[in-house]
Amino acid sequence: MSAATDETVRPAPATGRDPDRLARVVLYALLLLGVVITLSPLVWTAASSFRPSGEILRQGSWLTGTWTGENFRALWSDPLFPRYFLNSVVVSAAIVAGNIVLASGVGYALAKLPFPGRRLVFGAVLVTFMIPSLMLFVPLFVTVAFLNMTNTYAGLILPFLVTPLGVFVMRQFIGQLPDELLEAARIDGAGEGRIFFRIVFPLCRPAIATVGILSFVTSWNNLLWPLVVAQREEMYTLPVALATLSSSEGAVSYGPLMAGSLVTILPIVIVFIFFQRYFVAGIASTGIK
Amino acid sequence: MQRSQAIAGWAFSLPFVLVFLVFSAWPILWSLFMSFTNMTSRDLRDPFYVDFVGLENFARVLGDPDFRRAMLVTAAIAVVAVPVTIVVALLIAVALNRGIRRFKTFFRTAFYVPVVTSIVAIAVVWTLLFDRNGVVNGLLDTVGIDGPDWLGDTTWALPTVTLLVIWRLFGLIMVLFLAGLQAIPDDLYEAAEIDGAGTWRRLFSITVPLMVPSILLATVLLTVAIIQVFEEPYVITQGGPLGSTTSAAMYIFNEFGYGRYAAASAASYLLFAFIAFLSFLQFRLLRSRT
Repeated sequence: MSAATDETVRPAPATGRDPDRLARVVLYALLLLGVVITLSPLVWTAASSFRPSGEILRQGSWLTGTWTGENFRALWSDPLFPRYFLNSVVVSAAIVAGNIVLASGVGYALAKLPFPGRRLVFGAVLVTFMIPSLMLFVPLFVTVAFLNMTNTYAGLILPFLVTPLGVFVMRQFIGQLPDELLEAARIDGAGEGRIFFRIVFPLCRPAIATVGILSFVTSWNNLLWPLVVAQREEMYTLPVALATLSSSEGAVSYGPLMAGSLVTILPIVIVFIFFQRYFVAGIASTGIK
Repeated sequence: MQRSQAIAGWAFSLPFVLVFLVFSAWPILWSLFMSFTNMTSRDLRDPFYVDFVGLENFARVLGDPDFRRAMLVTAAIAVVAVPVTIVVALLIAVALNRGIRRFKTFFRTAFYVPVVTSIVAIAVVWTLLFDRNGVVNGLLDTVGIDGPDWLGDTTWALPTVTLLVIWRLFGLIMVLFLAGLQAIPDDLYEAAEIDGAGTWRRLFSITVPLMVPSILLATVLLTVAIIQVFEEPYVITQGGPLGSTTSAAMYIFNEFGYGRYAAASAASYLLFAFIAFLSFLQFRLLRSRT
């Protein structure tokens, strides 16, 4: 009896699954189409950067055209492009390092050290969090100009050295560490500096990755502030150089411009693909989730 | 013990407090002061030698047809980009959450890539793709449509800029929605399935109602982001043609570029009042969710 019902019942879900399977195939196809459309500007940039300038605007040269590394050679022998790249690296590296080391310290203080004025400092973090950069750049420029820091690395770096986002993520993470751990070290006679560097900081690796990656992406891609503060060409970062070149009136040779775009995009995309779970963690821990 | 902790607390906080005072608190207060003066770029050497002009800057900015148009341009971007981004992001998030079983990480990663990509670098290829003789018009040509001069036409430049804004933002909202969707218990869908509810019925009767808080939050986040839209128009159209893509942020940047610091500050504060109101709303929404 049971065997018989099994035999009669079994085909039913199978036929019921068929439209499901069809729907799933359609869904996969649609998603794939979405990915192709979404990534096409990136693929186009990558492909064009290996084309001679003259061929980039011509259509249909996708498979038949010439492939060349000439654009990258041209960039590298450009008197200023290596400098733009170096500027971007220096500024981003300093901001990432500052946010990892300094923001974790502030996060530790806010999460675990009862000190007078703690609520005030945390309030400052939240207020800064809510101030849009658009709001800040005019008076920030006046301040930086007053401090004689236009066209300097200091002017590009210092305003973003300890971002409220970094402090916030660190505070949330360190707040979850058990107090007993710190108490035990205190009983053993360890000072606060020692506790932080020897115990707390090494435990913060996931939060450090999140803060490091988020500050790398924002500083590497930042346009508005470097555009305002770097007025001499030798202080341009990659986005400023690209924006200035692509909007200049004269004849632009698209080959090197495409190669420059690829050089700007690639570091972030590589970091993102390898560390993408930390991006998601970053979105989650900044309270959006 | 208490004392050493207090000292350590301040020592660790000092870098942030210094950066906050010099590069956030002081500029914000300075900006407020500046917006009531006649400060221009010529006063940069002696920023304290300026005259008070009362509310003149605010009146001038509000009466400036360029500012009004910039606000309208920004509003137009928001009115289109916010709903389109939300619908696209929600559809993809639902598809990734329950529609498919494999390659979820691949799709999520691929759709998120634009969020982390430099808009300036993408703008270069965007201007080529949407050139009068570019790839997009080439594709339209094969189906017999004579495409417009996307970036040079006052009618089409703004939609083209808006498309780039959506391209950059939808991945972020998709991840936000995925987090919200994962919180919906599977039992609800199973029960609905047993009751005979189809895919679309489940989407509109279960998913959408339960996602209302996430959708509201996304609306606020997107609106705040779009009010500050600067890079997209700055790089692909420079605000043109004829100011048809000059956003509010670009207006402030232009005022700054002309050296009218006081007017730029006044315009910043006007926008900030709006953003602050939305941020307040955002906090309320966040609180009601937790």
